[in-house]
Amino acid sequence: MKKFINHPDAVVREALVGLAAAHPELRVDLEQQIVVRADAPRAGKVGLISGGGSGHEPLHAGFVGLGMLDAACPGEVFTSPVPDQILAAAKAVDAGSGVVHIVKNYTGDVMNFQMAAELSGDEGIEVFTVLVDDDVAVEDSTWTAGRRGTGATMLVEKIAGALAEEGGDAAAVAALGTRVNEASASFAIALTPCTTPAAGRPGFELGEDEMEVGVGIHGEPGRRREKLRPARDIATMTLEAILAAKPVAAGEDAIVLMNGLGATPLIELYLLYGEVAGLLESAGVRIARNLVGNYVTSLDMAGMSLTVCRADPELLRLWDAPVRTPALRWGV
Amino acid sequence: MDVALAKAWLDTAADAIAAQADQLTTLDAAIGDSDHGVNMNRGFGAVRTALAGAAPDGVGAVFTLAGSTLVSKVGGASGPLYGSALRALGKALPDGPEVDAAAFGAGLRAGLEALRKLGGAAPGDKTIVDAYLPAVDAYDAALRQHGGDGDGGLAAATRAAAAAAAEGMRATVPLQARKGRASYLGERSIGHQDPGATSTWLIFQALADAAAAP
Repeated sequence: MKKFINHPDAVVREALVGLAAAHPELRVDLEQQIVVRADAPRAGKVGLISGGGSGHEPLHAGFVGLGMLDAACPGEVFTSPVPDQILAAAKAVDAGSGVVHIVKNYTGDVMNFQMAAELSGDEGIEVFTVLVDDDVAVEDSTWTAGRRGTGATMLVEKIAGALAEEGGDAAAVAALGTRVNEASASFAIALTPCTTPAAGRPGFELGEDEMEVGVGIHGEPGRRREKLRPARDIATMTLEAILAAKPVAAGEDAIVLMNGLGATPLIELYLLYGEVAGLLESAGVRIARNLVGNYVTSLDMAGMSLTVCRADPELLRLWDAPVRTPALRWGV
Repeated sequence: MDVALAKAWLDTAADAIAAQADQLTTLDAAIGDSDHGVNMNRGFGAVRTALAGAAPDGVGAVFTLAGSTLVSKVGGASGPLYGSALRALGKALPDGPEVDAAAFGAGLRAGLEALRKLGGAAPGDKTIVDAYLPAVDAYDAALRQHGGDGDGGLAAATRAAAAAAAEGMRATVPLQARKGRASYLGERSIGHQDPGATSTWLIFQALADAAAAP
């Protein structure tokens, strides 16, 4: 393992020290291990809280700020935060209007956020939850823990965050977040595994000519292993899987996220985006908005995830609303 | 089961998990996200620290403290699951510095029920339950057979529980995971031993070892 670290046990904490140094507009509480908007709590505003294992940067702490999250709770690498952290975040951002948890659908995240919601409830803080489960590589059945939360999480955080900034109440913000999730589907391909600092070695091995199809964002193996194919075929394969699960009709608008998993150069992401844009254009779908870059990552995994969200005028208006966070900023 | 044995169990479990942390992480790398050993080691290390700094006067209080510590320190799925199990065990025990083997067995089952309620796993889903359930069944059967009187009864029952947990753990190899992160692999989870069932066996083996110690 070669990484820019001092000690595997100190990675999350020391990265938060760096985040605090780079972004004085955020309040980084190293004791509670939470990242909070400096102006929280804001009277009349719902508190938007997300969190999850570290290693997906900029998700979630990179999306704390105006128009997006009020607080992020980073856990250990690939390990959900603990209930105490999430409760501390709720106390830091609740101004009496309640909080909304944005939770990626993983067993540990769901349990810890659920426990935190009960603790917050005991403290008189009303909690609504948006569960993100956009990864269509996993079938939602009794045979699995359900679909995973991946790329669509940042779309939910952006769009729900905009409504919260406008003064939407907790129930409305949560309902909108759920609507964005339901309109979104994602699919990911990995070219390499990733290495967690604590494990010190890759989670799996992959041959020079192989790819993992249907991976998540935790370095786990995917649904199947295949021979590497040209980018055009990969774009077609991922888009077909996405549209089969969540169709977008000709004439409809979409928000497209071409996301890197951490170690894929932008030149490849743009190449892939070009393929996807061509395919969607052929299908008559209008890409109303897009993002190309590393937003929901899996440490040093080389790979991509594609997210397509069927959009309507309200979603697009909220997407365009001002946002000022470390990793996403426009309109301000 | 008294306060000293309760602490000795958790201490022995912490030692075993520390020694096997790398192995647990290797198992998790095959079908999960390579952190089970790291998380369990961090959690049981924290339990050891918490117990050293506190002087619980009842057996139940030892387990309640240990469970709360796991919930607060571990994260992921294993923290809430093992933490809730230990908390439920602690709360199910009658007050006092010592409980009999039957009450302890009922507590172990209460822990299993709490864990199953939280995680929703059924037997055969390739989880902790596949080692934990046979362990408590074997514990109860051994008590019925040999009686629970004295330390001998507890030692025999915990030995039976550890053996059943080991068997249950090995029986997870051919299963397809239906809960947790391994379930995302579908059929590719077949052929790998479940890391959660493995840590459960380590914990029951630690219980048997602590109960057998003079």
